[in-house]
Amino acid sequence: MSAPTMTAKTLTAPTSANEPVQFYDLDEHAHPEGHSTMLGFWIYLMSDCLIFAILFACYAVLGGSYAAGPAPKDLFDLKLIALNTAMLLFSSITYGFAVLQMQQGKVRGVQIWLAVTALFGLAFLGIELYEFHHLIEIGAGPQRSAFLSSFFTLVGTHGLHVTFGIIWLVTLMFQLSKHGLIAANKRRVMCLSMFWHFLDVVWIGVFTFVYLMGVLR
Amino acid sequence: MSADTHGHAADGHHEIEMPHASMRDYVIGFVLSVILTAIPFWLVMTMPLSAGATGAIIMGFAVVQIVVHMVFFLHMTPKAEGGWSLTSLIFTVIVVVIMLAGSLWVMHHLNTNMMPMPHEPTSQTTGQIP
Repeated sequence: MSAPTMTAKTLTAPTSANEPVQFYDLDEHAHPEGHSTMLGFWIYLMSDCLIFAILFACYAVLGGSYAAGPAPKDLFDLKLIALNTAMLLFSSITYGFAVLQMQQGKVRGVQIWLAVTALFGLAFLGIELYEFHHLIEIGAGPQRSAFLSSFFTLVGTHGLHVTFGIIWLVTLMFQLSKHGLIAANKRRVMCLSMFWHFLDVVWIGVFTFVYLMGVLR
Repeated sequence: MSADTHGHAADGHHEIEMPHASMRDYVIGFVLSVILTAIPFWLVMTMPLSAGATGAIIMGFAVVQIVVHMVFFLHMTPKAEGGWSLTSLIFTVIVVVIMLAGSLWVMHHLNTNMMPMPHEPTSQTTGQIP
């Protein structure tokens, strides 16, 4: 409707009378590579947030349906969960150190702190797998009750995210050793930073809502 | 934005705007998260309060800790990405709240309005451990 006025505004050069009217911007002004990556990645994280919200809603609805099976109080070992939470928190601050090293332009420092972060992430995963293995072994697997199905889906999805985060960490370490701190790698470090801290945010929900509230119930 | 005036000139070594992190932010964030994590765990593991009060307190702590992570670790500011990060975050929070509250509300009513069923050991989920 207001296309002519729009083009008049967007076109930089004033159009002469015999030039055809352009209804869209032909002058492609330069966007620096990756200028919108951070926002795009943030929006991806928000959509990931919706996935977790759905799984949390499932757990909230089904979390009380034990099918005469074990309840959270019988299953969860809070000391183990506290240890697990500590691992993830430590990995958050070590990733922060990696970002700080990157801002100072030290490739080696970034790689070292990324490696430390990966180790904490692996420790987290190890503890979680141990917990899952233990639960399945005592007969409290995902097929036991609706509560356990939703529990394994929610916590397992988070664990899967952490797994992919670690794969990404390792890939990034190779990228850094190959290309150094180029703009693209800096961007990747910042994106993974968002991903990693976002997983920590989700874990706050998990340990509060699933484990602590579960034991209270 | 003045992309056409700067775009070509800055093409060579374009520095994409990234949130500037500082040691201070990370340390403050970390210390606050440790405190905000330790207190709920301590409350639940030693139970000095009633279950209802503990539940309310740990939910409050979780919300505060999420905000702490957003601010100090994810460097969330109203101005980040020209305000679009915050806008999408607010949108997501609204959707999440509607979805969570709606699911719980609907399913609660569904449960309470269910026809009373004869006791069958396989189908009845009472929430009680025998």
